[in-house]
Amino acid sequence: MTYLDHAASTPTRPEVVEAMMPWFTQHPGNPSGAHHQAREARRAVDEARDAVAALVGADSSEVVFTSGGTEADNLAIDGVLRAKGGTPICTATEHPAVLEPVRDSGGMIVPTDHLGQINLETFTETLDSVDNISLVSAMTANNETGIINPVTDIATLLQERSPETFLHTDAVQATAWLDLVKHCEGAHLVSITGHKFGGPKGAGALIVKKGVPFAATQRGGGQERERRSGTQNVPAIVGLGKAAQLIMNERETLASRVTALRDRLEEELIALVPDTFRTLPQDSNRTPQIAHLCFKGVESESLLFLLEQEGIAASAASSCASGAQQASHVLHAMGIDYETAAGSIRLSLGWTTTEEEINHALTVIPAAVSQLREYPK
Amino acid sequence: MSRVMVAMSGGVDSSVAAALMKEEGHEVVGVTLRLWGGESDSGCCAISDVDDARRVCDTLNIEHHVFNMSDEFDHHVVDPYVSSHATGLTPNPCIECNRHIKFDLLHHRVQALGFDRLATGHHARIATQPDGTYRLARAIDSSKDQTYVLYMLDQSKLSTLDLPIGDLTKDQVRDLATQLDLRTATKPDSQDVCFITREHGRDDFLRKRIPLTPGRVIDTEGIEVGSVDAVEMVTIGQRKGMATAGGTNPRYAINVDVPNATVTVGEPEDLLVESTSVKDCVWANQLTNGPVLVQISAHGKPMKATLKDNTIYWEEPQRRVAPGQAVVFYDNDEVLGGGMAC
Repeated sequence: MTYLDHAASTPTRPEVVEAMMPWFTQHPGNPSGAHHQAREARRAVDEARDAVAALVGADSSEVVFTSGGTEADNLAIDGVLRAKGGTPICTATEHPAVLEPVRDSGGMIVPTDHLGQINLETFTETLDSVDNISLVSAMTANNETGIINPVTDIATLLQERSPETFLHTDAVQATAWLDLVKHCEGAHLVSITGHKFGGPKGAGALIVKKGVPFAATQRGGGQERERRSGTQNVPAIVGLGKAAQLIMNERETLASRVTALRDRLEEELIALVPDTFRTLPQDSNRTPQIAHLCFKGVESESLLFLLEQEGIAASAASSCASGAQQASHVLHAMGIDYETAAGSIRLSLGWTTTEEEINHALTVIPAAVSQLREYPK
Repeated sequence: MSRVMVAMSGGVDSSVAAALMKEEGHEVVGVTLRLWGGESDSGCCAISDVDDARRVCDTLNIEHHVFNMSDEFDHHVVDPYVSSHATGLTPNPCIECNRHIKFDLLHHRVQALGFDRLATGHHARIATQPDGTYRLARAIDSSKDQTYVLYMLDQSKLSTLDLPIGDLTKDQVRDLATQLDLRTATKPDSQDVCFITREHGRDDFLRKRIPLTPGRVIDTEGIEVGSVDAVEMVTIGQRKGMATAGGTNPRYAINVDVPNATVTVGEPEDLLVESTSVKDCVWANQLTNGPVLVQISAHGKPMKATLKDNTIYWEEPQRRVAPGQAVVFYDNDEVLGGGMAC
């Protein structure tokens, strides 16, 4: 089996599983309790909190554990709006977890450039023309293409033009590949999730910097400093913390190894398969793990089907709740035409990716594309 | 053994179709088409139907996939449905879905993906003629027969199609599903048009998409006898809403003139015609003229007629067929072809 869908979810690191196990099997405590077992659970959660804080360059008190990236994104937008009101703004290539709450609260969606990056000129015009913008959300790296937004530039721009506006960045797809301490400097809110960098599914965090007006949406026992009630998922949070430690130490090595594999995959596929091209230019500012390619005249759904038959798991745009592939709003925002978008797939690599898997893909994909091209639409 | 792709809607018929194909020893993959992205009676995007199909495949231990054909469905089925109504035609969206989606796009994909055959859970059979050609034949369960909505299947489609439940009654299908412990065994049959909800209905659906025109109702003398809210919604032969002032006998819509927003009503005998013109005919095998049985609605009674150069000459005068309605020609229980009344 060749797994090229790490951007959807990357395998859990064995060290993470090992760190989590005792919190299923040995320690029953609820971190909110007062006795010994509760205190040890509390300590485990707080140690994970320190690790996540270090990963993002935040103070531990600024870390709010969530059930994952979607909750973190929703909470960032709804949390600020509940406290402060005003209009939220996001870019057109955001994840639906940002787009939907922004739309629901009457916010604005600003166009991107042809690479899917925020267009700072249009963005400045929007800042100057719209009153009472309370929050801007711009993702660190895009989940479909890997294109990177200049988060620090956006932060600087906001400071100059609209100092009352807070900046959120969805760093879910960037965590494994970029130094968030540097790259997200100046952002007031940052979302991450464990299963994109070797942690478990169901554990994520929202960083809420001090001074950001914020009101919880999920209420109850007042956990997470009253920013997110509910008993913490201790084993998953421990796993998230462990994954944070691991990725901080290994990021550079991993990124250069994966970049080399990704570049080889792209170059050889383009050489082997006629009428194939990268959705983003080779030298664009993008994360290392995604090869987003368009095979002209092919339907991505059919191509993915054939890849699966040959033991390769990959994906196209995003999947909807039914499991069907959906037309990509990201490619649409980039101005890519329907036919091209319909023939593109995302091959995403990760920490387990091997040369053999790349070789396998290089054998299977050219054959699958030429099979499909024998049956033109 | 063949590689067979089974189109699974999430209903009991296609569930059992998949089970039967597997039992025959084929390599079977189930596929559910995502067609309508809007509201439906089974929820948004029909997610619960997709889930049912997926769970049935799990039970049968076969692979399940979802193909998104919602853009194509809008283009080939929903948009023409709306524009047909706007011009006063009576469209049949199930037929257009079969024609363009299931037996064109999906059929094409089945071949492109290297499968030998497509199977569906339609109630119909495939009969082999003495000369080796195929014809679509009515289902064993005549009350469930779906040949009318499948009249467009030609030799290229029939020769690579399996209809495994056509030899079973609906009760037998449900019994088999129960025996196989399929979760769809007692699921109710789907009703009517999948993209129109029972709650809001056809009027509401169309009203959101096209302007509906209030119209006047006149009798055969040209005297105005009433009005309708939306002339686009009136079908020839319709009685409901046509009981107008002054008349004692039931009245029927005998003509619908959308551009002039006028419905003409008359007595049942005013509806009767000697012949009906058809267009866009397709044939199972070859163009046919001569004596045929003609069916003009999904569960209508077949009537005797002679077909000559795209005109049906009825043996007995028949009620006018609404323009746009599908007209299907049979030789006994076998489909010869069909077209559209004009």
